Amino acid sequence: MDTAYFIETIIKIVVLLLVFSALAGFGTYFERKVLAFMQRRLGPMHVGPYGLLQIAADGIKLFTKEDIVPQNVVGPIFKIAPVITAATAFMAAAAIPFMPSFTIFGYEVHPIISDINVGILYILGVMAIGLYGPLLGGMASANKWSLISAARAASVFISYEVVSGLSLLAPIMMVGSLSLIDFNNYQTGGVGSWMIWSQPVAFILFLIAAFAETGRTPFHLIANDHEIIDGFGTEYSGMRWGLFFIGEYANMFFISFVIALIFLGGFGDGSVGGALALLGKVSFIFFFFLWTRAAWPDVRPDQLMWLCWKVLMPIAVINIVITGIVIMF
Amino acid sequence: MEHVNTMNPYFGVFVLFVLTFGAFYATTVIARLASRALAAKDTEKLKLTVYECGPEVTKQPNRISSQFYLFALLFLLFDVEIVFMFPWAIDFKLLGWFGFAEMLLFILLLAIGFVYAWKKGALEWHSIK
Repeated sequence: MDTAYFIETIIKIVVLLLVFSALAGFGTYFERKVLAFMQRRLGPMHVGPYGLLQIAADGIKLFTKEDIVPQNVVGPIFKIAPVITAATAFMAAAAIPFMPSFTIFGYEVHPIISDINVGILYILGVMAIGLYGPLLGGMASANKWSLISAARAASVFISYEVVSGLSLLAPIMMVGSLSLIDFNNYQTGGVGSWMIWSQPVAFILFLIAAFAETGRTPFHLIANDHEIIDGFGTEYSGMRWGLFFIGEYANMFFISFVIALIFLGGFGDGSVGGALALLGKVSFIFFFFLWTRAAWPDVRPDQLMWLCWKVLMPIAVINIVITGIVIMF
Repeated sequence: MEHVNTMNPYFGVFVLFVLTFGAFYATTVIARLASRALAAKDTEKLKLTVYECGPEVTKQPNRISSQFYLFALLFLLFDVEIVFMFPWAIDFKLLGWFGFAEMLLFILLLAIGFVYAWKKGALEWHSIK
């Protein structure tokens, strides 16, 4: 292995960790601001200009909280669960091309950490491992609310994994590859060639599954504040609780990238405009997550399972069959 | 965008695995040290109890409704099918009508299992009353 590739990979990973940890922090700021504006409030305003330093204040507060491990909890599992959530969220980013390739000092940089040929399968798999954070954290907490939350997390994540896998099969049949770079190259012909026009059903199914997989509001049952306190996070305090948060927001950013790359054209032909367009699409999808939280109530757990198994899954299978028939003729 | 030509495409995944787990574990260690040095300590007797009503702390048995077990079984049934369908979907145009007919048969078998589970009431959320 040549040294340049080694150094390039390390630099890309460090940049990814720093940028998206900071963005995950700012995600909480964006969320509070967006929700506040939708409710005719101002949101955080006191720390720094327009409350922009709120995230720094929150970070200092999380680091200086007393480190509490309650009695009866299973210590090692309790301590490792938030690390699993945060780390698996970032690991999913390995197969995502964040920008078109560019040249710096005569050296061509590909802004993808690992150009593996099973990209989508890898991303779905690693996001599925993220389930172990809430599950282990909730079961190790020795608290009934955490336990309910852990059981719900397991059932929701594994059920919607079926929907996200089935909904992505139809686009994969059209492109014939699992690499997100090939998906991007398939849609370089302008707005008309975006996957969302040929696969609108798969887009909607995957979007709904993305809300469930990231635990966002219509399906925010794993930490539903008015039923089960904070769910798996009830017994956590300080930075351990903060890592759950970083994992959740990083997951939202990465799944926004995946939706934009698969269905909304990605960065197109790879020009500067294309890169900016990708950032715009990702920002809009992230805003859409927050918008939905402001506009929709939560569903009940039985409604969630009904929606997954009796509505979305049959539609996804029918979508695959229809896509197959259309491609064959 | 061109593909990256390298001998070891999974090298980045491995380094990312090591670095993310290392970095986030280090974060919790730093947080523990910082809180030991800075946080206000309180030796209130009931502080370490779990969040619950009542002064007596009992150890919770990790028992959950058998309903969740049914969903785990359904997940096994369908997710294994999806794993079989991924390679088929990639080579869909290559396999042609034969592959498509095979997969229709496969989906039919899947649908029979699905209808059976539906009729048995495995997809309902049973009340515990």
